[in-house]
Amino acid sequence: MATDNRPLSPHLQVYSPQITSVLSILHRITGVVMSLGALLLAYWLLALASGPVAYAGALEVLGSVPVMLILFAVSYCFFYHLCNGLRHLAWDAGWGFELPQVYASGWAVVIASLVLTLVFWVALLAGGSS
Amino acid sequence: MSLRTPLGKALGLGSAKDGTGHWWSQRVTAAALAILGLWFAIALASLDGFDFQTVRLWLGAPLNSILLIILVATLFYHSSLGVQVVIEDYVHEDGGKVIALVLAKFIHLFAAVVGIFAVLRISFGA
Repeated sequence: MATDNRPLSPHLQVYSPQITSVLSILHRITGVVMSLGALLLAYWLLALASGPVAYAGALEVLGSVPVMLILFAVSYCFFYHLCNGLRHLAWDAGWGFELPQVYASGWAVVIASLVLTLVFWVALLAGGSS
Repeated sequence: MSLRTPLGKALGLGSAKDGTGHWWSQRVTAAALAILGLWFAIALASLDGFDFQTVRLWLGAPLNSILLIILVATLFYHSSLGVQVVIEDYVHEDGGKVIALVLAKFIHLFAAVVGIFAVLRISFGA
C-alpha cells in the first residue's frame, strides 16, 4: 500500500501563536543554542589550562563585541531553559496542568528569565571592574 | 485485555524499543543541572574579574574543580540527549539521521573530555 500520499495535518502556519506553543518551541531552541554555547565553555576551560598566553588570546576572542552578544544570548537561553525546565519538571510530577496555571507559569518563566539575565550581567560586569 | 506479549511486558521497552531510559536520564540530569548551573552562574557573577590568575585560583580550589567536572559531564550528557531528540524529530532520511546522530555523540563526548581534561590539568597544577 502506498503510504506517501496520505493527507497531512494542517501545517504550522495556520495556527496563530499562543504562549503555550511559543514557550514550547523556545525551550527547544534555547536548548540547541546552549548545546552550541557549551562548546565555548570547553574552549574557555581549554585556554585556561593551556597557559597565560593562550588564555589572553581566548579572552580577546570571548571579550569581542560579537562574541559578547552571543554570550549574552546564551546566558538568556540558560535562564530561560532553567526556568521553563523547572516548569516541565513540575508538569512531569503532575503539578500545574490547569490551563490558567499553565498560562500563569508561562508568564512567570518569561519574566523570571529576563530578570535573572539582567541581574546576572549586572553582577558579572560589576565584579569584573573591581 | 492486553495484546502485548508476556516477553514484551517483561522487557518494558515499548514501541520505541528504548524503554524510559532516555526520558528518565534527561529529567535526572535536568534536575542536577538546575543546581549545578545556578552554582556556576553565581560563581561567575561573583568572580573578581576574569584575568588568568583570578580564574585559575578559583578553579583550582578542590570543591570548585569537583563541581565543575560534574557540571561539564552532566551538561554534555544532557545536551547529547536533547540534540538526539531534535535530530530524530527533524532528520527523516535514514542514512543522514544515523550520520547526524553518531556525529552529535562524537562531538559531545569530545567536548566533555576537553572540558574535564582542562579542569583536571589546572587542578593538578600543570
